[in-house]
Amino acid sequence: MLKRDRILTCSSLAVFLLFLLYAESQFSEYSVRILNNIAIFAILAVSYNLVNGVTGQFSLGPHAFLAVGAYTCAILTLSPEEKLRSFIIEPMIWPLSQISVSFPVSLVIAGLVTAFIALLMAVPVFRVRGDYLAIVTLGFGEVIQVVTNNVVPITNGPLGLKGLAPYTNLWWSWGICLLSIFCTVRLVNSSYGRAMKSVREDETAAEAMGINAFWIKTLAFTFSAFFQGVAGGLLAHLITTISPSLFTFMLTFNLLIIIVIGGLGSTTGAVIGAVVLTWGGELLRAFEEPMTIFGYYYEGIPGMRMVIFSMLLIVVMIFAGSGIMGRKEFTWQSFLDWCRLIYDRATRRG
Amino acid sequence: MTERFFRTDALSVTFGGLSALNNLDLEIDQGQIIGLIGPNGAGKTTAFNAITGTVKPSAGRVIFQGMDITGWRTYRIARIGIARTFQQIRLYDDLSVLENVMAAGHAYIHYSFVEAVVGLGRFSAEERRLRSRAEHVLELMGLIDICGEKAESLPYGRQRKLEIARALAMEPKLLLLDEPVAGMNPRETIEFGELLGRLHRDLNLSIGLIDHDMPFVMDICQRIKVIDHGVPIAWDTPEEIQRDERVIAAYLGEGNGA
Repeated sequence: MLKRDRILTCSSLAVFLLFLLYAESQFSEYSVRILNNIAIFAILAVSYNLVNGVTGQFSLGPHAFLAVGAYTCAILTLSPEEKLRSFIIEPMIWPLSQISVSFPVSLVIAGLVTAFIALLMAVPVFRVRGDYLAIVTLGFGEVIQVVTNNVVPITNGPLGLKGLAPYTNLWWSWGICLLSIFCTVRLVNSSYGRAMKSVREDETAAEAMGINAFWIKTLAFTFSAFFQGVAGGLLAHLITTISPSLFTFMLTFNLLIIIVIGGLGSTTGAVIGAVVLTWGGELLRAFEEPMTIFGYYYEGIPGMRMVIFSMLLIVVMIFAGSGIMGRKEFTWQSFLDWCRLIYDRATRRG
Repeated sequence: MTERFFRTDALSVTFGGLSALNNLDLEIDQGQIIGLIGPNGAGKTTAFNAITGTVKPSAGRVIFQGMDITGWRTYRIARIGIARTFQQIRLYDDLSVLENVMAAGHAYIHYSFVEAVVGLGRFSAEERRLRSRAEHVLELMGLIDICGEKAESLPYGRQRKLEIARALAMEPKLLLLDEPVAGMNPRETIEFGELLGRLHRDLNLSIGLIDHDMPFVMDICQRIKVIDHGVPIAWDTPEEIQRDERVIAAYLGEGNGA
């Protein structure tokens, strides 16, 4: 059984890589951009879900961590000449203005810096129980806004950082996406993951069973921030221009929708949610274009897709209160059973 | 003089001005079963909470195997070998029976966070060990046939048993049971008493238990502490307790025997 699952996993991965290869050469730039976005949002959703869904701690900070990661990565990869050119209000402070490292190295550093900041936040916040995390992370997001806008010698203020090399391609984004999924799934299925779930289910009982809830929550939060930082780096080098206005609370809000629609606590759900919302959001753009429905000319209203989106959300919440996956995870066994069921139905009817 | 296995010295808990527990001296020897009884609100659960660190004792000491563990954090107290169950069942509702028990083994895993994330090193061997130990405990408690079910879907009696299984998975030296037979019918209670006796014999467990079911407590405990309104009023064998007039007055009801 295990062997079969391994073969299935490897072969589906191979198929997926072939698809990426095909997409890279054949798809339009727009479609490739969407695929990249999906990967980045999947990284964010999976790591966000580890804190909110698996460990049950309500964080509102991913947009802030994304900003930290994006800025760190961008500052590290920009060439000294480019920095000299774009820092027109005030020149960049000395050591940073000369540093320029390769993309992979700066991605790792971006992750580590973000994780370190998360650790600094976690230590005071998790000492006490309750919803302090939401307040502190929300506040942190505002602090990041203020810092990126005002610490001009480092962040270039409201002008943001321009001229980043478009390093992020399908291989980087999906490679890191698969890596983050792999690591998170491993973690959730380990004893650490069980400890995280027990903290979610009942913190008092978990403590009485020898689980250091403070440490477990800190681990989950820091681990998730690492990948959010890396995702920030990817995003920065995908859109090549970052500014403070990019990292608003709406990002966190979207992520929250993604993990709730996917099923809070399910890694599979987080991935599905990221695909559905990112891709679906693009598909729904059609509703903002002018079109003719049954002879009636519709002019197209900007923002219409958000209205439809909200309605879809309400429908999902009514008919599947715990999201698409609930807390279930994808397994090959359940997938095969599901296929068999569909096949049986189809043949019986035919 | 050898140090007692477990004792509390004048353990007191106050909430604001209210004294919930007053100068409790409790002694448990290795391999002994003791009962803690008293009317509702007497401070029995508070005593357990203070011992396990869920509430901070305001005075007094808790000594376990010669170590002063007063005011330690709950998980550290659990890790040195004091496991407990709760009066209101506190299972991990959404996890399976097996996961509930396996989670209790987290304190004793020998692999690091990094090994868990990449799934290498000691990870697989340790997971197998954790699993087989959990299955052993579930077998002991007669829950092995339902190990895949969610904890919340179990009937009440089995949830109680699962809570004990989870506590046992920590391989405790001292097990504190808070009203383990509450809500069980007489037949279940008898079966549970037998099970507890077996565990006590086989694992050489020391047990402290709280319960209102007098026949059960009198039958299984070797010594009984009675508290009333936070104040300890008696400490004796079950036979003596049943004759003690203060106990009868405070708890068993006047002129009512047992």
